[in-house]
Amino acid sequence: MRDTPLSNCERDFILKAIEEKRRLDGRQTYDYRNIKISFGTDYGCCFVDLGKTRVMAQVSCELITPKENRPNDGIMFFNIELSPMASPAFETGRQSELMVKLNRQLERCLRNSKCIDTESLCVVSGEKVWQIRVDVHLLNHDGNLMDATSIAAITALCHFRRPDVGIQGEDVTVYSTEERDPIPLSIYHMPISVSFSFFQQGTYLLVDPCDREERVMDGLLMIAMNKHREICSIQSSGGIMLLKDQVLRCSKIASVKVSEITELINRALENDKKVRKAGGRCGFAESMPQERITALKTHVSPLEMTDVEEKANEIVLRAEAPPQTVPSPVLPGPGTGQVGEGLQSSWGLEEEEEEEEEEEEEEEEQQHKAEEEVTCVAEEKRGVDVVLISDSDSEEEEVVILNQKALTKNATSSNQQMAVDSKLKRQRERQ
Amino acid sequence: MPESITDSKPEKVVCGPGLRGILRHKQPNLYWIDSQQRRYVPSKGENVIGVVTAKSGDIFKVDIGGSEQASLSYLAFEGATKRNRPNVQVGDLVYSQLIVANKDMEPELVCIDSCGRANGLGVFGADGLLFKVSLGLVRRLLAPQSEIAKDLEKMFPFEMVVGMNGRVWVKAKTIQQTLIVANLLESCENMTAQQRQTLFRRVADGSI
Repeated sequence: MRDTPLSNCERDFILKAIEEKRRLDGRQTYDYRNIKISFGTDYGCCFVDLGKTRVMAQVSCELITPKENRPNDGIMFFNIELSPMASPAFETGRQSELMVKLNRQLERCLRNSKCIDTESLCVVSGEKVWQIRVDVHLLNHDGNLMDATSIAAITALCHFRRPDVGIQGEDVTVYSTEERDPIPLSIYHMPISVSFSFFQQGTYLLVDPCDREERVMDGLLMIAMNKHREICSIQSSGGIMLLKDQVLRCSKIASVKVSEITELINRALENDKKVRKAGGRCGFAESMPQERITALKTHVSPLEMTDVEEKANEIVLRAEAPPQTVPSPVLPGPGTGQVGEGLQSSWGLEEEEEEEEEEEEEEEEQQHKAEEEVTCVAEEKRGVDVVLISDSDSEEEEVVILNQKALTKNATSSNQQMAVDSKLKRQRERQ
Repeated sequence: MPESITDSKPEKVVCGPGLRGILRHKQPNLYWIDSQQRRYVPSKGENVIGVVTAKSGDIFKVDIGGSEQASLSYLAFEGATKRNRPNVQVGDLVYSQLIVANKDMEPELVCIDSCGRANGLGVFGADGLLFKVSLGLVRRLLAPQSEIAKDLEKMFPFEMVVGMNGRVWVKAKTIQQTLIVANLLESCENMTAQQRQTLFRRVADGSI
């Protein structure tokens, strides 16, 4: 079945609204929609709601023989299902372009970033390793499938527990959950994808585009990053030319978003752990809110999004503003000087604020300083004189003067010549 | 319907999704359920908002949100003749009436009434915003003396086109106001009159 077409008026309106820095759902440029993470009754089952976009991830494991070239490594397998339930445009059983793109991006995000220790999945080298399979089902499509998918996949992987195995000689025993506690996967870091859409050839940027915005956008940039600000993958699609600054700015925004989402995931995992430990009721059915048709529907954001924009702006500002430099020496007060950054020299200034007696003393001091300065200058002047004198004292310098005289013979006055002549005479007398 | 309600014995009754909603009654004995469904099934005589998806020969293909695309003849516009074709582009919005709608045939639309006058139908929507709401809300909006429309009118002037297929087009003076109207309409779907009025008052006081 075909997708509902986008009318010209919607397209024009969205573009105009973006130019006015407004979005259809009242979000700001850098805002995410509400993220809700809930878990199923089994380990490794996770639902993620990103606004109206809804995604389910299920992790399962299986003992298989490893690949020949990697006998010690477990295998990660990712699969994305686009069901017609998500959008009428999706068809089952056919590899659509979007599906390949999402699958590839998820693999790059989670497998190629080596966020999961595959060596720990080895049971018997070369014979038995665990294959971890991540199935992601898209349940509703309202834009930004990649972010929802990556959040769901990594959360499900964190939530997953594989059964414990025991090895006795050649025998491998897989213990059930009743016999031994299942073991969580060892996860080094949590890469999370953040999508940016560009409009008007990159003039406008939006975070977390919804379905209608995605249809209007010119280009898409997906950055997968972990909370240590390490970029795990980056992909630009839509054939848009991006400037270096834009990519850098996006990566800065992504780092803020990723740290928030990571915190949210950790909190969700902790909550679930607590509930399970307490033996309370957990799972998908429990996480459904009791909504009545007549009730005022309000989604309370689990993630504090109020100051996100300010934070992002702050970071952007900090990143883009050039360091403050002082082009000329600053003179905060008489007798003080300062060049460059750093704390202002309070030399001679602090004392002014103190008591009068001290001020008087200071004034005296300043007078002294001024006098010293004057004398200094005088000395310098004298010094220059002295230098001249000393020059004339040494024999070698006199030779120089002789040369000078030879060069500027015509220009020099007669009395100078006389003086030089007298000097020469004196020299001869000494000799 | 009244018989089945009065005769039902005190045992467990399961209501399917099609029966969930508010039971309405009109004298002498008309009962119906106001549902919140969003799927549109074309029915004859309804005015709908469609999006032109293709031009093929002498008909336009129009998406009206049903299971199948509807067809709209280019002669079914006011003042259109064989020589004088209406100016309709792919992606344009048309407000039109269904004259053929049954389960075995392709739905057919017209943009004129029986006298050949447009009477409000035709191509529209140079700017403004199109969005979807539930069919229940559309019926409430189109009801004579609609309370929601009255409450909205108090805030600021705007144009609105409501199609029975759950599509609503609004246009106000500025983009901001258009967005406010759209978001208010979307959010007041599941509200009581009191909740809606307090929300509208808050918006009128707060943001404008």
